[in-house]
Amino acid sequence: MVTFPGSLDDTDAARAVRYAGAEPVPLWHADRDLRGIDAAILPGGFSYGDYLRCGAIARYSPVMSSLVPAARKGLPVLGICNGFQVLCEAHLLPGALTRNARLKFIHVDVRLTVAGAGTPWTRDYATGQELIIPVKNGEGAYVADDATLDALERDGAVIARYADGAPNGSARDIAGIRNEAGNVVGLMPHPEHAIDPLTGPSADGLGFFTSAVREFAGARV
Amino acid sequence: MSRVIVDVMLKPEIHDPQGDAVLSASRRLGFGTITSVRQGKIFELEIDGPADDAALAAARELAAELLANPVIEEFTLRSAE
Repeated sequence: MVTFPGSLDDTDAARAVRYAGAEPVPLWHADRDLRGIDAAILPGGFSYGDYLRCGAIARYSPVMSSLVPAARKGLPVLGICNGFQVLCEAHLLPGALTRNARLKFIHVDVRLTVAGAGTPWTRDYATGQELIIPVKNGEGAYVADDATLDALERDGAVIARYADGAPNGSARDIAGIRNEAGNVVGLMPHPEHAIDPLTGPSADGLGFFTSAVREFAGARV
Repeated sequence: MSRVIVDVMLKPEIHDPQGDAVLSASRRLGFGTITSVRQGKIFELEIDGPADDAALAAARELAAELLANPVIEEFTLRSAE
């Protein structure tokens, strides 16, 4: 669990990791040592105040200098919201996240359709399954050129879509994508806020975390 | 010491909702002849030494690596003074 200055959702994401039966390992942005983690989560928030562009400064943090090569070698990495922006800035995922179409910061529970269930982060879902998960962002509109978008569709790299149309102007209603190898996933909505009906709209988000835990534990949680 | 200016703009095909908001405000203010607004960023780099080819090349590298995101933005470089 990486914490940058300005990260907000690391506590909720760490709680989701515990709910899924694993131990969250805190990594500070200044850490180069990844401390033997099996997977990494880049949480939501406003890393480095979103200065320059969302995620642009975080990309050059010491922890990312270790995480980027590890991700290229296959370490599962989930970037949520600001974490997704960091992964795009680090070129671990194609495209970019830009300002919402109508400039409003959006905070709403959305219906998602799982489009790609085959990654370490989505194995516990079925393709076509619907999830209710909160989205909250000001710069959540996914953009990429048409060739990149076509390639994402062709390779099945879109892992989730907004079922009722993108609230933020995302191209082709994309809510989340994976890299070519499938180990790096970026997601704009916040599954860590939907792991328990007591504190969220559903428990639909827990599957992202149990998927990753099962990947390493070899047993269903 | 010399200065290099880097202008960063969203690519023309990228929607610029901030520019649109400025445009609609300018219409409300009565500036009816303005038909489009695009919002960008300017970076002023102060450089130790002259703005020679090497300094401009370094500034260009910084712009491509950090100041602009080539996926959505383009930049131009000019030396000032």
